[in-house]
Amino acid sequence: MTQTKLSTTLAAVKAEGRAALIGYLPAGFPTVDGGIKAIHALVEGGCDIVEVGLPHSDPVLDGPTIQTADDIALRAGVKIKDVLRTVAEVAARTDAPVLVMTYWNPVDRYGVARFAADLAAAGGAGCILPDLPVEESDEWRKAAGELGLDTVFVVAPSSKDQRLGEVTAAGSGFVYAAAVMGVTGTRAQVGNLAEDLVARTRAATELPVCVGLGVSTADQAAEVARFADGVIVGSAFVQRLLDADGDEQAGLTAVRALAADLAAGVRRG
Amino acid sequence: MSENYQPGTQVPDARGYFGAYGGRFIPEALVAAVEQVADEYEKAKADPAFAAELEALLKDYTGRPSPLTDVRRFSAEAGGARVLLKREDLNHTGSHKINNVLGQALLTRRMGKTRIIAETGAGQHGVATATACALFGFDCTIYMGEVDTERQALNVARMRMLGAEVIAVKSGSRTLKDAINEAFRDWVANVDSTHYLFGTVAGPHPFPMMVRDFHRVIGIEAREQVLERTGRLPDAVVACVGGGSNAMGIFHEFIPDAGVRLIGCEAAGEGAETPKHAATLTKGDPGVLHGSRTYVLQDEDGQTIESHSISAGLDYPGVGPEHAWLKDTGRAEYRPVTDDEAMQALRLLSRTEGIIPAIESAHALAGALVLGRELGPEATILVNLSGRGDKDMHTAAKYFGLYDDNAADGGK
Repeated sequence: MTQTKLSTTLAAVKAEGRAALIGYLPAGFPTVDGGIKAIHALVEGGCDIVEVGLPHSDPVLDGPTIQTADDIALRAGVKIKDVLRTVAEVAARTDAPVLVMTYWNPVDRYGVARFAADLAAAGGAGCILPDLPVEESDEWRKAAGELGLDTVFVVAPSSKDQRLGEVTAAGSGFVYAAAVMGVTGTRAQVGNLAEDLVARTRAATELPVCVGLGVSTADQAAEVARFADGVIVGSAFVQRLLDADGDEQAGLTAVRALAADLAAGVRRG
Repeated sequence: MSENYQPGTQVPDARGYFGAYGGRFIPEALVAAVEQVADEYEKAKADPAFAAELEALLKDYTGRPSPLTDVRRFSAEAGGARVLLKREDLNHTGSHKINNVLGQALLTRRMGKTRIIAETGAGQHGVATATACALFGFDCTIYMGEVDTERQALNVARMRMLGAEVIAVKSGSRTLKDAINEAFRDWVANVDSTHYLFGTVAGPHPFPMMVRDFHRVIGIEAREQVLERTGRLPDAVVACVGGGSNAMGIFHEFIPDAGVRLIGCEAAGEGAETPKHAATLTKGDPGVLHGSRTYVLQDEDGQTIESHSISAGLDYPGVGPEHAWLKDTGRAEYRPVTDDEAMQALRLLSRTEGIIPAIESAHALAGALVLGRELGPEATILVNLSGRGDKDMHTAAKYFGLYDDNAADGGK
């Protein structure tokens, strides 16, 4: 498969004999500039890869934590150009690949080719499009592929084996394995659906398999790191910023500390 | 996208497209469940026992066929055109919604699922769903925007009386759009046990086709009834359009009748030229919302714009994809009707015919008044009276000042 910034990073992490830590925060939260600092804090704390969320009016796959963050960002007027600036500023100052995670309609509306071009120009590494199924993704994948952008597809515990083959064949970079059936948010237990899904996904593809949804603590990260190539954490970081309640330094410190804690977790796995 | 889909044929293409609209934009977690619905629906369509059971329920439980009513005093206000009402308001539970709900309830039982969730705006789909769940013994959870639980409090009580759990959704605009978001979140988490009984002709394939099919009975009956009553086809068929289920139900059988105009009345709220409306086909742009490509009220960044209508059932920034296709092909026309036009039509039908319509259906009546004056006294206009207005008495009483003892003339 083609070498991209994302695949190179995941290969390097694998060579260290550990799982990658992937951190998510929405752009524009709590402000555009504050969000850029917070995403830097993810990397400073030890995230290998970051996902920048594009806040959406109808986040049907997100639980209350990320809904709240998206709401704050949108009420403050965050636009797609602010998301792209966030990507550019983070990509310019770190080696960590920067992915955008977005619902499909903003990309569709902005223009598929235009979004891919602007994301590539900003130094983005690719996209995760959780409500764009493989069957509807041809136009995006063509545009992204020509620009060297990866397209990460999500698989779920409900995905049948044949379907896993179809989805992973279309994707690149890594496969996002949803640990649970449900929306984003922290959970007390990751559960055993994830390990089974990772094993079934590995049977279908050579791509690295990273696990997200519900992971929030170092112990959970260590547990997932034992069977997956990467651990994805989002809501727990968002919650740290919500808890800081406008105190920027406190928020950044908490994000950095959680990232460091999780980074230690993936190294224990 | 389908090259070969012709409006009026039975199905969209294999990927669920009506022309450029429809499809299946869903998270991977729901793919297996949506495919199961599609597969089971195909099997059910081929099973005479399914058709027989549904037909028996529609007859003996719902009370079909619903009557066709000549409204002569109302017609006098519509330029003298002959207005005929298809009385879906007389169905059990008070609206057309029960047609689709009974079909999907039978499907739920076939799939071996034991719990049903649904969204509701005006509460009519929620009441119909709660009713079917009581009848079939399913657990039932209804998501309803907090704004709508307030303006349709009677229906909240009805759903709870029927044993359903009603969850007031407090996110976003706290109306129908957000109720659908919350129902999708529930479905992703509980898909093994749960069927999402979608209430309109929107959503991912096969819902737009399947919900339309379950409502086709409206148009099939009405076409025969109008022919029998008047000896000819109507000049126009008029229905209100939020998501668009009652309109697709009455339009579909008439699509091949090229001489019959199909007119959908959208909620224009305070005016389609103001920011406060729900006129998706008039003012929206193609995009993706709630699982399908269709017209959407959205900004230049693809963020959904909050809709507004006095009618909770039409207060939705999307619309079914088949309507988008009918608009683009020109087979149907879509017109905006303001809150005030709808409320005046509601009062007019009440006072001229003794029929209190739902505010949703009153949008179609307002459209018929305008159309009748355009077409003149020789014309026949079939209007889908999709629901009754009991649920709207609080809104109407506030609008017309009916709680004021001095408002003997019914207010403004």
